[in-house]
Amino acid sequence: MSDRLQPVTAGHPNQVDTYRRRFMAGITGAAAMATLAPGIILREAGAAGVDVTPRSPEQPVTSTVRWGMLIDVERLSDGGEAMVAACRNEHGWGDDPEASPAQQAQWIRTVKVTDKLTQHSFTLPVMCQHCEKPPCVDVCPTGASMKRADGIVQVNKHICIGCRYCMMACPYKARSFVHEPLTDQRPHSPRGMGTVESCNLCVHRIDAGQLPACAEAAPHAVIFGDLNDPDSRISQAVRELGGTQIRADLALNTGVRYLNI
Amino acid sequence: MSNKAIVYREVGEGSGFFLLLALFGAIMAVGALAFFHMEHEGHHVTGMNNQVVWGLPHVFAIFLIVAASGALNVGSIGTVFRKPLYQPMGRLSALVAIALLLGGLAVLVLDLGRPDRLIVAMTHYNFRSIFAWNIILYNGFLALAGLYIWTMMDRKLKALYPYAGFAAFSWRLILTMGTGSIFGFLVVRQFYDSAIMAPLFIAMSFALGLAVFILVLYASFAFTGRPLGDRVLNRLRYLLAVFIGAVLFLELMRHLAGLYVARRHGVEQFILSDGGIYTQLFWVGQVFLGALVPLSLIFCRRLAGNHLSLLVACVLVILGGFAQLYVILIGGQAYPLELFPNATVESRFFDGRISDYVPSVWELMLGLGGVALSLLVVTIGVRILRFLPVSLSDEVLGSDHP
Repeated sequence: MSDRLQPVTAGHPNQVDTYRRRFMAGITGAAAMATLAPGIILREAGAAGVDVTPRSPEQPVTSTVRWGMLIDVERLSDGGEAMVAACRNEHGWGDDPEASPAQQAQWIRTVKVTDKLTQHSFTLPVMCQHCEKPPCVDVCPTGASMKRADGIVQVNKHICIGCRYCMMACPYKARSFVHEPLTDQRPHSPRGMGTVESCNLCVHRIDAGQLPACAEAAPHAVIFGDLNDPDSRISQAVRELGGTQIRADLALNTGVRYLNI
Repeated sequence: MSNKAIVYREVGEGSGFFLLLALFGAIMAVGALAFFHMEHEGHHVTGMNNQVVWGLPHVFAIFLIVAASGALNVGSIGTVFRKPLYQPMGRLSALVAIALLLGGLAVLVLDLGRPDRLIVAMTHYNFRSIFAWNIILYNGFLALAGLYIWTMMDRKLKALYPYAGFAAFSWRLILTMGTGSIFGFLVVRQFYDSAIMAPLFIAMSFALGLAVFILVLYASFAFTGRPLGDRVLNRLRYLLAVFIGAVLFLELMRHLAGLYVARRHGVEQFILSDGGIYTQLFWVGQVFLGALVPLSLIFCRRLAGNHLSLLVACVLVILGGFAQLYVILIGGQAYPLELFPNATVESRFFDGRISDYVPSVWELMLGLGGVALSLLVVTIGVRILRFLPVSLSDEVLGSDHP
């Protein structure tokens, strides 16, 4: 079990350690999860909100900060449904009156994954992964799809022309297109018809010193914070426990990481 | 420059001209109606959704844009490769190229979620985006093709003719490479993600552009009673066969490579075998009707010199091109993204499922409006300027036009 606490050098993932950790986790099973890892997550998340400090509008966003999120899938008893509900409530998507089911927006969703061979199964919430090298930003012709200096990937709704190329490029299907005119939008989260939208890590809340709505909805399973600060709780947690990326083979270095997937 | 014996003349002001104007104008009006409806209501009136984000309008737009660059080839063969037989068709070739590009761009722009922000697309460039590069390439193509026409029509600019022709030819190759790369650079979509998309689109442009050009050439000569000899038509006929073969070859290589790579087995099986409409469009539309039948029509000895068989071959190549683009665009999107290799995924957001797409009538109307715009530009072009030779009969072309 002590292997689980072996630090993995940042930028040089130690594969042997990774395999050893998985193996140990496998044989110790529930016992390991019930004791050590959840303890860390729970303890850290119990102090949620400390890492996010308000930023005044005059204060520039800097790259000294990189916001990220670590989600322990095993501690999400509902697979992340509460996170989805919190996001819907915060941003007002998912119930557009005219849109067909396939046209509804989906900023975050729960995905059930089952291994074809082992039939091992888990459910996880999937949203914009806030990549360090986001394909959606590369392909956008106008620069509307952009990454803020602090790592938040979002759409500049003022210059999005609605070409949807970013939706073609996103590996995580994290983006949606607004298919109809909308009323009663949230003032902090405008959703203009004909433009593309996605999770923005609740940028308005972060700037006000609050946690993203989804992180707040699952405090026992989610740590949100600054990945650039080695002393932040999220940095300590990913150093101790790792943090798996979805489609790590694409080398996008995502800001959203998962445990136990 | 074209042979001195070639005389160009505008099309006369007959009732046929106005009939065509009325016809194309009416179809454009239908397209405009579709645009205003989509713009007012939003894209929920279309069949496009958050899984299949590019639909029938994009098939039309990309067809027209790809065919545009190919239509210029006839001129380029005369100018860059110095084949005198092709030189009298250079003016029409450049006109058709401009017309097709305008039609394609119109569809592309009018399908945007925010078409009113076109000026934003012109003033905000992200130079990492191949899409942004395409915007520059399209505009440059229009300018160069216009210059090319000018050097062909104005004796004072005759010295610039070979340079303009070479520049336009080079530019068109880069343009189609860019259009193919819109898909080729999509790393995450298993049906795209390949450098072969660039040469494939170039080969497609050769075939589709030539097929459209032959039909326009034949129709404009037939409608205006101008002689069109077998020498020109036969040369274009066999050139078309070469281009059809090139497309088939690159498609073969693309799918063979896909079948070789384990992570692409799923999407290849979907397109080639289990994909329903996409599989049918691929085998029946693209391969059989769009390539094998036209090749048979071209090479059948009994049909040698038969104009109708050439025209049917051209129509089939065009329909096959539509089928091919439909399979690439819609089929490639209908197949789900792979979030977790070697695992099945399911969600309320259609993860792991083949996406449905049924194009709406509005999308069809918009696409046809773009086609009508292209044909309208050609019709007006040949009426107001001297694009069409008075004759391309075998006698006029003579022995100076090998």
